[in-house]
Amino acid sequence: MGAEPYAIEMRHITKRFGPLTANDDITLQLKRGEIHALLGENGAGKSTLMSVLFGLYDPDEGEIYKDGKLVHIKDPNDATALGIGMVHQHFKLVECFSVLDNIILGDEDTSFGFLKKSTARKKVQELSDRYGLAVDPDALIEDITVGMQQRTEILKMLYRDNEILIFDEPTAVLTPQEIGELMHIMKNLAREGKSILFITHKLNEIMEVADRCSVLRKGRYIGTVNVADTTKEELSEMMVGRMVQFEVEKKPAKPGKAILEVRDLTVKSQSHHKDAVKNVSFTVRSGEITCIAGIDGNGQTELGYAITGLEKPESGSLILNGEDITHKSILKRSEAGISHIPEDRHKHGLILDFSLQENLVLRRYMEPRFQKNGFIRFDEVRKYADQLIDEFDVRSGEGALSTARSMSGGNQQKAIVARELDHEHQLLVAIQPTRGLDVGAIEFIHSEIVKKRDNGAAILLISLELDEVMSLSDRILVMYEGEIVGELDPKKTTVQELGLYMAGAKRDTVRKEA
Amino acid sequence: MKNFFQDLKQKEGFKSVCASILCILAGILVGFVVMMILSLFNDRIGLKNAFQGLGILLGGPFSSGTAKYIITNLGDMIFYAAPLVMTGVSVAIAYKTGLFNIGAAGQFLMGTMGSLMVALNIDTTGKPALGVLVWILAVIAGMLAGMLWGAIPGLFKAFFNVNEVIVCIMTNWIAANIVSWIFSTTPALINSGAGKSGYLITTAATGNGTPKLGLDRLFPGSYIDIGILLAIVLAITMSVILTKTVFGYELRACGANKYGARYAGMNEKKNIVLSMAIAGGLAAIGGAIYYLNPGIEFKFDSAYQKLPDYGFNGIPAALLGSCNPVAVIFVGLFIRFLSIGGDNLTSAGFNKYIADIIIALIIYFAGFSKLFRDLLYRKRKKAETAEHAKHEETPPDKVTTQGKEGEAQ
Repeated sequence: MGAEPYAIEMRHITKRFGPLTANDDITLQLKRGEIHALLGENGAGKSTLMSVLFGLYDPDEGEIYKDGKLVHIKDPNDATALGIGMVHQHFKLVECFSVLDNIILGDEDTSFGFLKKSTARKKVQELSDRYGLAVDPDALIEDITVGMQQRTEILKMLYRDNEILIFDEPTAVLTPQEIGELMHIMKNLAREGKSILFITHKLNEIMEVADRCSVLRKGRYIGTVNVADTTKEELSEMMVGRMVQFEVEKKPAKPGKAILEVRDLTVKSQSHHKDAVKNVSFTVRSGEITCIAGIDGNGQTELGYAITGLEKPESGSLILNGEDITHKSILKRSEAGISHIPEDRHKHGLILDFSLQENLVLRRYMEPRFQKNGFIRFDEVRKYADQLIDEFDVRSGEGALSTARSMSGGNQQKAIVARELDHEHQLLVAIQPTRGLDVGAIEFIHSEIVKKRDNGAAILLISLELDEVMSLSDRILVMYEGEIVGELDPKKTTVQELGLYMAGAKRDTVRKEA
Repeated sequence: MKNFFQDLKQKEGFKSVCASILCILAGILVGFVVMMILSLFNDRIGLKNAFQGLGILLGGPFSSGTAKYIITNLGDMIFYAAPLVMTGVSVAIAYKTGLFNIGAAGQFLMGTMGSLMVALNIDTTGKPALGVLVWILAVIAGMLAGMLWGAIPGLFKAFFNVNEVIVCIMTNWIAANIVSWIFSTTPALINSGAGKSGYLITTAATGNGTPKLGLDRLFPGSYIDIGILLAIVLAITMSVILTKTVFGYELRACGANKYGARYAGMNEKKNIVLSMAIAGGLAAIGGAIYYLNPGIEFKFDSAYQKLPDYGFNGIPAALLGSCNPVAVIFVGLFIRFLSIGGDNLTSAGFNKYIADIIIALIIYFAGFSKLFRDLLYRKRKKAETAEHAKHEETPPDKVTTQGKEGEAQ
């Protein structure tokens, strides 16, 4: 093993962003001709590590060796020169160009200023034959499937004679069949001597295709294992780890009547052409915090959109308190008692150019209390804003009059939470409610949510944070690839088991209605 | 005192005013340079004329010679400013809602047609009270025609997501052709006087021109009428609607962040259509008050070849006024002030067209107001961003996503 130098070796990489250490002393060794998986949760530091390898970040400590020689990668051009290529999760293709044009883009052969495509065409044809990458070089990107687009990206790397290929969560946008084909292609590439780094959090794929697997957790290197010698359970434990439980003080839930019933809901995805939510049914009861857990991109966002009305479902129905709200407007849903802490606070949650007070009445400016004959009663708005700011400790430069844009992320989030929790509601849809907040603020918001629960509200929590899922929820529904694959009781389950469900390694087959 | 100035410097309005003044100064400077260059290559005019030209330009109506002319020109400046204020407010309102109303020209024409159809078809000669009533009706008819015309791009944008700029340009030319066509079929409204070809009769013939309310006695010899008062009232009304009412709050929310507005339960489609209809109505009133003046003739037979300048000049007027309707009043007056200065440039030896170029330069520097604003405040912004970076704990995943995108470029 020591005889042949590693194709790429990253030694003791540390990268800090201010007080946050994204990569803490990470060592990664990639052998020639192997498929090496890099496993970790969201925010574990995988992307940062790859950005260091790609020259996008300068590491604070650590060195990178290529074939045993020390290299300095200052920008992506250096990485390309060293033969490192990457297939991004979101493809970097020109939609209205042909496959061939996209492949040669940035590396064109010209003679007298005219493009010379014949040699390029020959090379592309050769490569696609050799690795079994069937793509029509003259097809336009916008006309071909996502799987073919990905193959175009792979051809782009091969065309540049890259030796080290990085796949960043390549299966997120693919259909199961396409995933199978991709696995096959990756094996072919490795057999031909290419070294592959495979970033993912799907355990099944690692077990199927990878030779070795390195695990990161919260910016730290946990270890590297031979995939042949390990199990999905072991990998999932390495990924999730034993957490410092951050227990939320709460009494046992007293579930009441059903507030929201979701029946056979199917929602189309905006980013790709498959259904993001597939035939999902569940019930949210009053006095209970129901949590949708899952790894990012498994349909939770779209589910939240459909329930709150931001997006129309393809089929299925939503019943709020016995009333069908499937085709009701957002305003009607709000009046019917839905509060919504949105996932994206900049896109949906706030009008950044508005003042804090204007943002605090964003969902209730039309109420008689805040208007008179069509004129906004700014004195009332101010009074109300000051009260919320005080209650929820929202800090900003100029109080109620500060522009939302000028506030820190945490305080922006607090403003949204304040607005939504203060609004009379029977159902609170909280999507990532504590994103970007410090521990104290998280504790406060959790206790407020529990208070709402104890007052009889139904809470639907959609969260990516395992800590939050385990400590705050009374009932966990795990979503995987648009389906609810399991229902768990947080008091009886373990993080390891939850991780298995989230990674799609385990599912309840008999489950019909949660 | 020092604190007062520091507070002032932070005020958004103050920043906008500073940026606008800088635009104007930059425009004047470039205009001056143009005059200097011309004077170098022209035997008849020297460097002295360039300085003289600058003086005349900055003097506006006050460089018109005798007191009599100055007063007449001041009156005309105010009269010509009124339609410009209307189209400027039209563009500004649409802009605040996140829409670019480049269709003010067509709306202006529809307003002209709607109002003249009413005013010129009803003869109220000798009955001044009835004349005022018909005038009011004519303005309303023009406004409605413009609202309808403005609503078209709004509907396309809201329901089919067609860019409003494209539809606006299209509707501009449709309006121009409709106007030429319709009036060519109304021989009763065509001026058949000696030496006249392709002109309509004016409200002087029907006795229902825009009331003057004695303003013509203040500025004898000029076209002035109450059009400017209407424009000021409407601009202030729009400003109040935008900042103080529930409706304005919704419009602004849709303009600033349509996703956020949607999340809040607002109907962004409705707001887009309404905003464009209102913008259309405002531009149309500009057309109405311009051509309802008894002294202004409408040349209908060439309308289909040329869109009215007022429509397009509304864009720089709005930008120079930072899309604040009240500021647009002053900008409108200011642009006309410079234009009259430009007309007077001939007395310094520069011909009329050069004057137009210089005015155009100044007006189009208005488009740079955002650039100037950023230049003015860039330093502070940088410091603020650095400060923010410290406060905000950006999750590492987010940082890398941005990094990746940067790399792709």
